[in-house]
Amino acid sequence: MSTAVIDEAAPAPTPEVIESFTVTVIIRRFDPEVDEQPKWVDYDVEMFATDRILDALHKIKWEQDGSLTFRRSCAHGICGSDAMRINGRNRLACKTLIKDLDISKPIYVEAIKGLPLEKDLIVDMDPFFESFREVQPFLIPSSKPGAGKERIQSVADRARFDDTTKCILCAACTSSCPIFWTDGQYFGPAAIVNAHRFIFDSRDDAAKVRLDILNDQEGVWRCRTTFNCTDACPRGIQVTQAIAEVKQAIMRGKP
Amino acid sequence: MWSWVLHRITGVAIFFFLLVHILDTALVRVSPEAYNAVIGTYQTPIMGLGEVALVGAIVFHAFNGLRIILIDFWSKGTKYQKVMFYVVIALWVITMLGFTPRHLINVFSH
Ligand code: SF4
Ligand code: FES
Repeated sequence: MSTAVIDEAAPAPTPEVIESFTVTVIIRRFDPEVDEQPKWVDYDVEMFATDRILDALHKIKWEQDGSLTFRRSCAHGICGSDAMRINGRNRLACKTLIKDLDISKPIYVEAIKGLPLEKDLIVDMDPFFESFREVQPFLIPSSKPGAGKERIQSVADRARFDDTTKCILCAACTSSCPIFWTDGQYFGPAAIVNAHRFIFDSRDDAAKVRLDILNDQEGVWRCRTTFNCTDACPRGIQVTQAIAEVKQAIMRGKP
Repeated sequence: MWSWVLHRITGVAIFFFLLVHILDTALVRVSPEAYNAVIGTYQTPIMGLGEVALVGAIVFHAFNGLRIILIDFWSKGTKYQKVMFYVVIALWVITMLGFTPRHLINVFSH
């Protein structure tokens, strides 16, 4: 083919060398069958600036130590399964680029705090989802739409709770909250965010019920406006703002 | 985060001051002499520095308390929380710049 001839004639393109770095990752490992206490273990991995912490974890698991345990599924910031504490801040491993971290120092990776540690980077998420379920995070309408009709909502009404629809239930917010660390009974920001999503939905009629649930000693009043949750949320949700709006709705007695 | 940590620390510190303060004021009812003796021991330069720390704690706690009220009750409060925190720090610095020199002159010129 003619194109092949042209290819041969052209000088071989010098392969562009992409710079790679040796990055030290220190992971807080814990195997409940062997260890009494979690321990920090170092790994050196060869990484590109555009790689993510999740890629580093994969490399370690696939090439160095197959026993490293962590959750991940989508690898693209959608499923919310790989929230972890990276250099002391809660983030998604799949959304944290190597180039955004200071690689002249080791990178510390550990499980999120405040939930029971099960193994390595995995915590027991049951208490977290338990609080989520308690706020009744589903549509509770009191009337049926007309036959063959949908529930109509204006653009403005939809925009009212748009921010809190973005939650992926990764638990980065709840496990960054110092109140939650010391009081595991607190509903936590994620549950309040998901309550907010329905409380301010014009199609929903059970706002009163949810406001009642959150007007508990362990509800929204536990929030001390630390703003850790807002800083941690990988979806950029204004979490503390949502909590403040729920507080105000409780005081008003309606959304 | 840091605003909250400082708020906690200053709050606990003020609480302990108030506890001691209520106790020493209550001494007046025991005997005025005992009260005078205890209050007399406060008139030292070290206590003078302690008073600077106390006023610093109270001023921060007061200004940050106003900031928290705004976060809770003003609809744009959460949006401007960082700015308000810097304002709190600025107000604190201004107040302390006004208070500390005058107070220390009083303490050390006795
Ligand atoms: S609010 Fe943000 S940080 Fe919290 S669970 Fe949802 S996505 Fe994660
Ligand atoms: S793996 Fe799905 S959010 Fe990171």
